[in-house]
Amino acid sequence: MSYEFDFTEVIAAWPELLAALGDTLMLSALAMIIGMAVSVIGALGKTSGPAWLRWLINEYIELIRNTPLLIQIFLVYFGLPVLGLKLSSNEAALLALVVNVGAYGIEIIRAGIESIRKGQIEAGKALGLRPMQIFCLIILKPAIQAIYPSLTSLFIMLMLNTSVCSVIAASELTAVASNIQSRNFRSFEIYFVVTLLYLALSGFFWTIFTTIERRFLRQPAR
Amino acid sequence: MRALGSADIVYLVMAARWTLLLSLVAFLGGGLGGVLIALARTSGYTWLRIVSAGYIKLFQGTPLLMQLFLAFFVPGLFGWAVDPWAAAALGLSLHASAFLGEIWRGAIEAVPRGQWEAATSLGLRYGPTMALIIRPLATKIAIPPTVGFMVELIKGTSLTSIIGFVELSRAAQIVNNATYRAFTIFAVTALIYYLICRPLSVYGSKLEQRLRIDTR
Repeated sequence: MSYEFDFTEVIAAWPELLAALGDTLMLSALAMIIGMAVSVIGALGKTSGPAWLRWLINEYIELIRNTPLLIQIFLVYFGLPVLGLKLSSNEAALLALVVNVGAYGIEIIRAGIESIRKGQIEAGKALGLRPMQIFCLIILKPAIQAIYPSLTSLFIMLMLNTSVCSVIAASELTAVASNIQSRNFRSFEIYFVVTLLYLALSGFFWTIFTTIERRFLRQPAR
Repeated sequence: MRALGSADIVYLVMAARWTLLLSLVAFLGGGLGGVLIALARTSGYTWLRIVSAGYIKLFQGTPLLMQLFLAFFVPGLFGWAVDPWAAAALGLSLHASAFLGEIWRGAIEAVPRGQWEAATSLGLRYGPTMALIIRPLATKIAIPPTVGFMVELIKGTSLTSIIGFVELSRAAQIVNNATYRAFTIFAVTALIYYLICRPLSVYGSKLEQRLRIDTR
């Protein structure tokens, strides 16, 4: 191998990379929080809305799940201005991610709602519990147990997907990495280190999520 | 800037051939690697299980885009020049190996232990047991999630446009740069992906439902 590794440029750019890592986390967290709001509303619409709304939500889900995130980002960033909505690259990235994660989230939340057996709710009513009490005491914990694994892997998938937002130069880790490599041409070194940063990030969340699951959400033996 | 014509749409549809071809190559490459990973994950050797588990974690814990960048730059370190096509095929195959390996490991482990024990008591060794007893049973379980992953893989090929491979997404950007009709072009592009992926998704969930009824 005749290639000489040179990580001095990566070390020099370290503060820049760390700041970008923070931006990636911020973008992922925001997209997840807003995406969850979309998911809950969508799941309620899909389980108890009128037929036309259920059809509409279904089409939204299928449309998003059967097209690449890259094209969704392009449509939001380059396509929406044609219709009169001009967004900055960060806003476009966030919107595209929310629309994307919402489609996956709706199905997860819906499965959670449907995992609760009717008899449980009826038993709560028979005991004279109010709707709020039924939700908090009976529905919430098993529903969270049912959806927790899917939701946490959805978050990790979302976090890794934020790297695609680099194509519109949104502020996140991959965009900063390609910026740095265009300055000093140390492409391998930069991308290698950034890949490790993503790996550390997903490893960190995997550990936290499984610890929480073991501590608080262990399924009772059946 | 020029007007968007029907020739541009034809150009997009023709570019979709490369998306399909790349998906096929990546699926075949990933299928081969996936079998090895799945066998390693379920083998009796601890070190094989650890190495293959690490491989899966590595590819499931990093963005596909980074994997493609590295597939493009790493061969260069050894003095091998790779074109975007080779880098795309290599990167996606390695990526698919990890995901298919994990899916197929799950399928192999879902086969009841009694099948293994029965095969062993009949005097079959590992090879024949795997090929004649476990594989047919595991295949049935594995097909729906495998079809689901094929959809992910086809969508994943869009990222190879970023390392310069001209497939559907890159073609869409080229047309957009010439005509500036972004909304129409990317909507048509999305539609082409949809027409490719949707039938697979429908087929996958149909198989899944049938499997659920069979195993009830």
